[in-house]
Order: sequence, then C-alpha cells, then structure tokens
Amino acid sequence: MITTLRLASRLLWREWRAGELYLIAGALAVAVAGVTAVGFFSNRVNRALDAQAGQLLGADLALSWDRPLPAGAGRAARALGLATAGVVQFPSMALAGGHNVLAEVKAVGDGYPLRGAVQIATAAQQPGRNVRGAPRRGTVWIDSNLQARLGLTVGSTLELGDARFSVAAIITRQPDAMIRIVNLGPRLLMNRADLPATGLTGPGARARYQLLVAGNAAAVAQFRGWAGAHRQPGQRIEGTHGQRGGTQNALQRAERFLGLAALVSMAVAAMAIGLAVRRFMQRHLDAGAVMRCVGASRRRLFALYGVQLLAIGLLASAAGCVIGIAAQLALAQLAASIVKTALPAPGWLPLAQGMISGTALLLAFALPALVGAGSVPPLRVLRRDAVRPAATSVAGYALTVALIAALVLWQAGDWKLGGYVLAGFAGVAVAGAALAALTVAALARLTASGRFTAMRYGIAGIRRRGAATLMQTVALSVGIMAILLMTLVYRDLMQAWQHNLPADAPNRFLIGVQPDQVKPIEAFFNAHRLGAVTFYPMVRGRLTAINGRQVTSADYADERAQHLIDREFNLSWADAMQAGNRIVAGHWWQPGGRGGPQFSMESGIAQTLGINVGDKLTFDVAGQPVSARVTSLRDVDWDSFNVNFFVIAPPGMLDAYPASYITSFHLAAARLPALNALIQAYPNVVAIDVGAILAQVRDVMNRVTQAVSFVFLFTLVAGVFMLYAAIAGTRDERLLDAAVMRALGARRAQILRMQWLEFALLGALAGLLAAAGATVAGSWVGARLFHLAYGGSPWLWVIGVAGGALGVALAAAPAVFAVVRTPPLATLRRLG
Amino acid sequence: MSRSSVSQPIVRVARLTRQVPNGDGLLTILHDVSFDVAAGEAVAITGVSGSGKSTLLGLIAGLDVPSAGEVWIDGVSLFTLDEDARAALRGQKLGFVFQSFQLLPMLTALENVMLPLELAGRNDARRTAQSVLQRVGLGERMHHYPSRLSGGEQQRVAIARAFAGRPQLLLADEPTGSLDAASGERIADLLFELNRENGATLLLVTHDAVLSQRCGRRIELRAGALADADRPA
Repeated sequence: MITTLRLASRLLWREWRAGELYLIAGALAVAVAGVTAVGFFSNRVNRALDAQAGQLLGADLALSWDRPLPAGAGRAARALGLATAGVVQFPSMALAGGHNVLAEVKAVGDGYPLRGAVQIATAAQQPGRNVRGAPRRGTVWIDSNLQARLGLTVGSTLELGDARFSVAAIITRQPDAMIRIVNLGPRLLMNRADLPATGLTGPGARARYQLLVAGNAAAVAQFRGWAGAHRQPGQRIEGTHGQRGGTQNALQRAERFLGLAALVSMAVAAMAIGLAVRRFMQRHLDAGAVMRCVGASRRRLFALYGVQLLAIGLLASAAGCVIGIAAQLALAQLAASIVKTALPAPGWLPLAQGMISGTALLLAFALPALVGAGSVPPLRVLRRDAVRPAATSVAGYALTVALIAALVLWQAGDWKLGGYVLAGFAGVAVAGAALAALTVAALARLTASGRFTAMRYGIAGIRRRGAATLMQTVALSVGIMAILLMTLVYRDLMQAWQHNLPADAPNRFLIGVQPDQVKPIEAFFNAHRLGAVTFYPMVRGRLTAINGRQVTSADYADERAQHLIDREFNLSWADAMQAGNRIVAGHWWQPGGRGGPQFSMESGIAQTLGINVGDKLTFDVAGQPVSARVTSLRDVDWDSFNVNFFVIAPPGMLDAYPASYITSFHLAAARLPALNALIQAYPNVVAIDVGAILAQVRDVMNRVTQAVSFVFLFTLVAGVFMLYAAIAGTRDERLLDAAVMRALGARRAQILRMQWLEFALLGALAGLLAAAGATVAGSWVGARLFHLAYGGSPWLWVIGVAGGALGVALAAAPAVFAVVRTPPLATLRRLG
Repeated sequence: MSRSSVSQPIVRVARLTRQVPNGDGLLTILHDVSFDVAAGEAVAITGVSGSGKSTLLGLIAGLDVPSAGEVWIDGVSLFTLDEDARAALRGQKLGFVFQSFQLLPMLTALENVMLPLELAGRNDARRTAQSVLQRVGLGERMHHYPSRLSGGEQQRVAIARAFAGRPQLLLADEPTGSLDAASGERIADLLFELNRENGATLLLVTHDAVLSQRCGRRIELRAGALADADRPA
C-alpha cells in the first residue's frame, strides 16, 4: 500500500509537471471556488442578518402577554445568565397644544434595548446618535410622525393620561420599527417608572407586556424551552426568525440567485471536468496497458489512478477553497454594506462543503473511467484497437449521474431549484445531442455535393467524428450558454429587476383613512399636485377556522404561523388583480363578484399555514364569521412597495363591514409640507415613511447585482474551461487526420481552412443551441426569481450563432495551429 | 534471481489456437501451434503480415487468452493463472520491446525506465535505471521526454526499460520496424549485446530477414500455422 501511495504520488507529480492535469485541476478549482465563495457569502450574511434581526427585535427572544408577565419568567431567564428588560406597549392619546393623536406608547426600563440601539436626534432632520436605556424620568422621546402631528419640538410638553412630559429627543430609528409597517402608528418612548403616574395601565387597558431576553444562544434556547413549557394561553414567544425587516425579500432573492449562479458555474465546470477526466483516461489507456504489461495488477492500476485522482481532487479543491476565500473577501465588502453591520468572521462550514463537493465531483466522473482503466487489456500494447468496454460502465455512469444529482441538490439546498438546474442541463444535453445528430445527418447529404474542398472536408470531419461531435456540440453549447447567460440575459434581467423599483416607487403609506375621507383626500392630492393615488379598502379579521376546524396558534410549530394566527389579518376586496401579483394556483374570479364568496391568498402565507386552493377559511370580522373557499393563490412582489394584501375577497363580500382605506404613493422631499398639512387636516390618518427601507432595498439590489456579476465570473471561467476541454477532446484525432493529409500532399493553408471551418460550424451550431437554452433559462429565472416576463432578445441569437462560430474558432486557434505546426512524422509516430 | 534448469524449456507452446468472431463465423488467426524455446536461445518468429506473429507473441506474454492450447513460462502454466497473476509473472520474468516503443509521453526517459522497477517495489529504481540508460548510450538524455527523442533513441529507452529488471525472457515485437535501416541495425546490435550480457532468452517477431538471420533459430508462421519445417516431429 505504501509503495502504491509513493508511486502514485510520484506519478502524480510527473503528470502535473508534464501539464496533463491542468485542465482537470483548473475546472475543479473553479467549481469549488464558486461554491465556496457563495457559501461563505451566504453564511456570513445570514449570521449577520440573524444578529441584525436581534437588533430589530431589541432582543434575542421576547415573551409577551396582554397582562403582566409572572415574575417567575424574568427569574428563570436571569437564572440562565440572560439579560432581561421589561417593556409595556399600549395605544394612548397624546395631547399637546389642543391637538390629540393616538400614539403607540412604549414604556421601557434601563436595559432597553438588549440588542441594537435607539437612534435619537434633537430634530427630525438632524443626524441621530445611538443610545441605550430609557428616557430620563419625566421625559419622552417621540418619532417624527408624532412630532409633525402635534407640532412639537425638543423641549415642548405633552400630556399622556394623567401625567405631563417634556420631549427630550426625536427618535430617528428604533428597534422593531421596520417589522410591522402597517401596524405602525406615531410612536412615543417613555420611562417605565413613570407609568403608574399616567394611570393608563389600569384594568381594561389594551397593554401588551413584554419580557426581552438576550445572551448566549444555548441559554436563549433553554429559556425558549422553559417559556414553551410554562406558556399560558395568549402568551407569545418571538424569536429573531422572520424579523429581517423590509429588505428580507430582496436578500432572499439575492441569496437564491447567488446560489443559482454558483450552481450553474459548478454544473458547467462539472461538465468540463467530465470531459477532462475522459480525455485524461483516454490518454492513459496506453499507459495502463504498458503498466499491466510490465507487471501491474488490475487492482494496482485502479489504486494508482484512484490515488492520483483523489489527490488531484483534494489539492484542486483546496486551491478552489483558497480562491473562494479570496473571492468572498471581495463579496464581503458588498455584503457588509447590504447588512449595514460588521460581518461575523467566516465559519468553517463552506470550506468543508467546498472540499467535499470538489472531491465528490471529480470522483463522480472519474469512477467509471477508473473502472475502465483498471480493465484495459494489456494486448493494447500490440493492437491499439484492443479496448473492450468495461463491464461495469453502465453502473459506473449511473453512479456518476446519481452523485452529480446528489451534489447539485445538496448545493441547491432546495429540491425544486436543484431539480430545475438538473433538468435544465439534462434538457440542454438531450436537445443538443438531438440537434447535433440531425445536423450531422443533414451535413452527410451536403458533403457529396460540396464544391469547396475545405468545406467538404470540414463537414466530413464533423460527420466522421459523429459521437465526438455530439459530445462536443453539447459541451460547447453549455459553455456558450453560460457565457450568454452571464452577459446578455443577466444584464437584461438585472435592468428589468431594478426597473421594477423605479425612482418614483412609493415611499409613503397612508393608513387609517375613513371611507368618507377617501374623496376629500384624493381631492387634496390633486390640489397639492401630489399625484394620483388609489385607495384600497381594508377590513381587519382574525383567522378562526380552516375547513370548519377551529385554529389557534398552538396548532402550529412554526413561529411565523403562530404569529399569523395570533394577529389580525388585513383583508381587502377587489374586482381585478393588482399589478405585481401572479396567480400560481387556481383562478382569479370573474368580474363583478359573479362567482360568489371566495378568497385569494398570498402563496407564501398559504404555505406557512398549510392552506391550499379549495380550503374553506373562516375569519372573525367585527365579531361576525365570514367564510369562503380559497380559489386562488398569488405570488406577490412585496419589493414593489405597492399596497398588497395577504387575503383578498371579491367585491360584495366584505363591503358591509367597517373598513378603513390604505394607499401608497411617492412623495418628493420638497412636498413634505403638503403631507404635514394633510396630517394636520386629518388627524386620524397615519403616514408612514418607508423611504429608508426603500433606499435600503434599492441598495441591496445594486449590491446584489454586483455580487452576482462577481459570482458569474466563475461561470464565465468555467465556460472557458468547458470550451477548451471540448476542443481538446478531439485534438489527437485532428492531429492524426492532418498528418495523414499533409503526408498526402495537403498544404498548410488547406488544412487550416478545413479545421477553421469545422470549428466555426460546430461553434455556430452550439451557439444556436446556447441561444435557445439561454432564452429558456432567462425566462425561467425571470419568472421564478424576479417575477419578470423575459422573452429573450434577438441579440441572443445573433451573438449566439455568430459569436459561437467566431469564439469557438478563436478558442480553437492554439489547437488548430498545433495541428499544422507539428511535423506530420512526429504525429504519425506518436499517434499512428 | 533463479534460473531455470537446462532440461526445462523457458517457453513451451502447446497446440495454441486463437479464433476471433468474424461476421457469422470464426476467423482462425493461429492454428495448433506448438514449439519449445530453451533458456538462453535467440529465436525469431517470422512470417508475412497477417500470418499471426504478433498474436502468437501476445499469447506467449499472456496479454491475450487462446481459444485452445497452453503456454508454459519457466514451467508455469500461463492460462491457469488469472490476468492479475499473469501480470505479476510478466513483472518478474518478462521484458518487452515494441515496434511503437510504448513510452509514456508524460514521463522522462529515466522515469519510463524506472516505472517497471517502481511497480515491482524496487528501492534502487533510479540508480538501476540510470545505469541501464548509460549502458544504452543515453546518459546525457535521460531527463528528456519521449517527444524530444528520435525514433532510435526512443527504442533505446524501451530496450533499457525492458532490460532494467533483468528479465529471463525478452519479447520483442518488430523492434526495428519503425526505424530506418541504420538505426535499426544499431538497435538490433544493442538488443543482442544486452541479451548476451544478461544471459536472457530472446524471442522476437520480425519480418526483417537480416534481423531474423542473427537469431539462432527461426520459426516461420504461414497463415496462422507453423511452416512445415518448424513443426515438431
């Protein structure tokens, strides 16, 4: 064994020195680098977002109830070494200067917030500073909304219940401010010690009591267990899950797209590796035969090649990991600005993933070839045609397919996405092989009538190398497709995605508009040239039963599902479906409410709650049960910042219930006074500024575009490796053909023309196929990840075919020149 | 290394037949071939192209399996062994020289010669290979790759590789077939010299009359069978 290892390592070094392994190692390193870089990126961003989610919640975990929490909860948390803080939240009228406004009051203690910070300033437009702890006793901090409504400044006085407070600061950012946009009213933060003086939390008060806890993850998990075990009806445990704020959708999409980019680069590199391994093994058939001739057993040969390939796998994967680490440093720059916080140090998991993927990828391709090499008949040293197929090759190839599929699914982390990528590549391979076979058959007819010698032999070359041509066309198509996707399709998609969020995307929501205020407010908008707005009715209802069975949050293990059941839904009604919505199951109703009572539900929430088309939902709306079946599920583009609803009914079903109206619109900075005037005129209306979130989403989009471009560089490099591997695959055959032709009197120019033509034809064919593949892939990615209709571009076809012909001919230049540069005798001696 | 006794032939070929499928029927490439080769002999197997010379050599080396018959190498029945055991036997007792040299392109001349020694687990592989390469006159070129060597030089490397393990039996398949007359003659000289120095048995396949004349005995194949003169009595 030691001898075999030593010999294998010597042979490996000799092979490396002779340049036999560059292609395999290069393609493998690229595959691993892409996967590792994205793995690191996702890992770090996710951990940063989890940390940030804690900041949004103000804690690692919050236990809340509509009455004071038992003292035992706080004691249990502190006994586990966790930091705690108590918070009481309630709505209350704030009075100042004869005006009163319903404000969300939060009374906090000294430890608040346990995670993150409150940002305060002396005026709304001033830069804020981070602070921790409660306002001093007798003072409050208010947000800009309350400030505008009551016309307050720092130093003003306001009344809250029985107590008077001085405004000490303006809140510019506060934990949990981004979580529930629609439930957000004007906000006020006070010291908890002042609470008794207000007299606002007596019996009948709508207060919510929260115990915030923070500390190490294990202790938090333990406390979660304790709270679960001691949970009283109505108590809610909130973790950081699902608290990622307004940019969550964009980030999730980014992560999926990055993952897809890495998968595509891995799949392309995998094909290049497959070709390179095949070529490596073919070139080593003779070496294997010679070794068997001079005494190596089959097992020895298998072990020698196996050890070599395993070593290449490990070394190239390690190199890929190093490149991946370097690449993720660049990605981290982008990521840090996305998550607006210092990224945690990278974990080790992506490295392990990279090493395992790389080595498994190589072995997946190498195993069948290894089995073949082990059974090379030694008679090959006397007769070159003496190669019999290995008995296990079918099982071997099945193993390759199974391993690659497992690897792609593992990397995708999502059966559906992985399945689509696999199906996509299989589709391209099958379609490519079919198209190439048809073309080869058609060319066979052309050959006989071809007038130009070069053309005739060029076509004959393609036809004669039938099987190799099929493989080459498929390989070239995949390579070119990767390049087209990376350049044209990707650019178009990114432009379309960013276009989805135009410069005048809504940055303000108006909520709580009463039915009789809709017309006057529309008139106000017209009069102040604030633009046209559409108001959507909104009725609040709690989901009480699914298919006649009562539901409570205790029925769900998922935190988000519990949350959804506990709170009230905003239900709406509409005749036509809103822009940015897409039906994914069932059908939208007929106009005019002719289809009877029914609901259309957002697909994500339906999935969370386990609701399907056909399920009957019952909502409690203003004390009345409202039941109907779900007839459609919709994908909603939440990034658009338009008003959207989880549940919509047709007109006629909810109209009788007390409704308020909501709208979103774009407010130019210069128009702020008009909005303030509107709020003064309609004190019950709440205006929410989502400009900061909008800017953040836009920023995420830009960064993601850059990050994906960066990851796609790996795809591009993998595509180039693929082209090279595909061209190198038939190099020896071409050398031999050319040597024979030159021996028979062909001039160098004639051979060059023949070879160029053959490659250009192959490239055009592959380019055609690649353009088709890129269009389909682009449409799929557009529809699935970006909710965009992508119909492809005529340039794809032009650049695919012309670029394919030219690109492949150029990429083949070294191989073509080698063919005419190598003396025919040398070739005949070596390969003949 | 033990040497066989004088009475036992180093190679015994008995009623060797090789048939391959050909369309609907079988094509007989070798038919009922029998002969012995004594240790230390130099024997040429001659015949026109397609007479079955290389097939016979392949069977004697255990590179292929006959349809009928048997081959003994130094008293060991070749086809009672499996392929791996035959490979081990080749490693111990046989050396090869091929018409197309069969040097591995990614290895230097020295590494090509070292390969069978390394496969045999010899610790002195490098030293032995260097000394054999010196002996064949390639001391200055041992670090060159095959592609940088002339045909004659490549064949000298192949001869060095064949003799490096001091085999009892050297099999050569048209060893001068790919070379010009002058190079071919020098290679033949080297082959016979080394064979004498090592006291090995030489069994070579050739259709070169001059080369076959230099062997102590000639066995002629005609259409897959021994010519009348070579048939055992």
